[in-house]
Amino acid sequence: MAEVAEKEVKAKEPLFSKQNKGLMTDPLFDNNPITIQVLGICSALAITAQLKASIVMALAVMFVLAMGNVVISLMRNIIPSKIRIIVQLVVVATLVIVVDLVLKAFAYELSKQLSVFVGLIITNCIIMGRFEAFALGNGPWKSFLDGIGNAAGYGLILIIVGFFRELLGSGTLLGFKVLGDPIGKTGLYAIGYENNGFMLLAPMALITVGIIIWIQRSRNKSLIES
Amino acid sequence: MSLKNKLHNLKEQYKGTKMAPAFNAIHTFLYLPNETTHAGAHVRGADDLKRTMNMVILAMVPCLIWGMFNAGYQHYSAIAGGTPEFVSFFDHLKYFFTLDNLLIGAKKVLPLVIVSYVVGLAIEFLFAVIKKHEVEEGYLVTGMLVPLIVPIDTPLWMLSIAVAFGVVIGKEVFGGTGMNVLNPALTIRAFLFFAYPTWMSGDKVWVHDAVNRVGTPDAISGETMLGMLAQKKDLTYGMDEAFFGFIPGSVGETSTLLIALGALILIFSKIASWRIIASGIVGALAMGLIFNGVIAQGWITEGSKFYDLMNLPFWNHLLIGGFAFGITFMATDPVSGAQTNKGKVWYGFLIGFFAVMIRVFNPAYPEGIMLAILLMNVFAPTIDHYVVQGNINKRLKRLKVKTA
Repeated sequence: MAEVAEKEVKAKEPLFSKQNKGLMTDPLFDNNPITIQVLGICSALAITAQLKASIVMALAVMFVLAMGNVVISLMRNIIPSKIRIIVQLVVVATLVIVVDLVLKAFAYELSKQLSVFVGLIITNCIIMGRFEAFALGNGPWKSFLDGIGNAAGYGLILIIVGFFRELLGSGTLLGFKVLGDPIGKTGLYAIGYENNGFMLLAPMALITVGIIIWIQRSRNKSLIES
Repeated sequence: MSLKNKLHNLKEQYKGTKMAPAFNAIHTFLYLPNETTHAGAHVRGADDLKRTMNMVILAMVPCLIWGMFNAGYQHYSAIAGGTPEFVSFFDHLKYFFTLDNLLIGAKKVLPLVIVSYVVGLAIEFLFAVIKKHEVEEGYLVTGMLVPLIVPIDTPLWMLSIAVAFGVVIGKEVFGGTGMNVLNPALTIRAFLFFAYPTWMSGDKVWVHDAVNRVGTPDAISGETMLGMLAQKKDLTYGMDEAFFGFIPGSVGETSTLLIALGALILIFSKIASWRIIASGIVGALAMGLIFNGVIAQGWITEGSKFYDLMNLPFWNHLLIGGFAFGITFMATDPVSGAQTNKGKVWYGFLIGFFAVMIRVFNPAYPEGIMLAILLMNVFAPTIDHYVVQGNINKRLKRLKVKTA
């Protein structure tokens, strides 16, 4: 199956044709899963209090989505359409367990921090959405690119939100005290600055995402729904 | 040519230019615009939005002045080791209306007022120029409310961030004045409360200079009455002191007497809805009575952490904390509140009810009224929907009876 599908693609177009590049770059901006399709908001709110967690989550989703897309795409002609959701769930669940175990083995602290949200990648709407909308109807290479692109678009927003929430909420970036030491009163804290505790709460993640959506749509008016 | 005419002429001259909205805002603030309806069968009234807003500010001025004196009074009382013994209201005023007290108040309260107005109005002007609409009057009242509902020592940079947040996220993203879901002043306070909790609660923020003196031999502190009750300490203030306002608290919300005066001004000028205020008070009393009843039944024993707050005589809830200020000046916000008369009664009742409930059950958020009003702001459209729907159903039924 795989060879046939790949041959088809190769016969038609080069690996990184304009269309294939579009699969990667579109979801980054004008068709971003979070800001345009408003999918995957739940995890964007839950784990973005720190930049490190955001990056790891973005990578985990990228792995699951890209691999899952390829697997589903390879099986697309043999999955009976009535039970396709169950098949998709089995594929995601397998990949998520792999990610979860890898995290537990090599980054235990981080895995505790992400806690249930790694497992909840299974329910991330972006993943099921891409399986349904793309992988079931396209070849593995295109599906792979689509997975990478959508996960990157998701990750980009996660990292932007994580950056601002950690910087303003804790005064750190990736754990480094970039604004000075709040207890020793150095850096910005010496002149009376204080961390904004609200940034660490979920509502501010929602508002940050909202501001990103606002900026994006005011720069590109064609994105505004009538 | 008078200043008024000069301004009218200038307005014609610069019509359509970029800064015209900013100019018009100042122009119509000073004088009635020259383009009002003069003939024809229109409803005409002397009170436009600016005049209405000014009336609300006027009603708040006594609270502001009292707050300025109270800032000094609390500061010097804390240094002296306690408030002078309260004999009677007029007798006590000799400790209260002193120049020293006023100086402290002016030093601390006026910057709050100025920062609140400068930041808020700057954002309003900016949005008006960018979006090419007239400057909206909404911030006139918000700008006065904000300094009255924050602790005296709130750092000015925090206040400016909160004001910017409240005006942009609480109001402008929804489309500006008249479109906001939440009361902007309370959005600003809620932002401060969740972002900088150490500056918004505890026993160090209510008295000027207490924060700076932490850890020194001159350390002072002053707790609000709600704080004392939540900590299960004995109240050091009587309810008469709470009524007149000789207690620590946010700048302008301590004197229930002057707030009641403001409420009367607003009710008689028909700006605030008496239904909301009255039903709010009933709601708070109802919840207070329920709690008193629970205590009387003996379901909650003295060991419980809710005992002190539940055991407070039900009417005392009206005098302590920000309840009176919130129900008078913020629950009656015509934009974020309920619009139908029946809806207003429910809206006010539930605010009072929830305010006392939050106050008692969650001592970590001693100011229940803020959260109660924000919560009911969100539900106000739903309440109105059911009131309107109920009316439609009633009339449909009547129609059926007639035709049947």
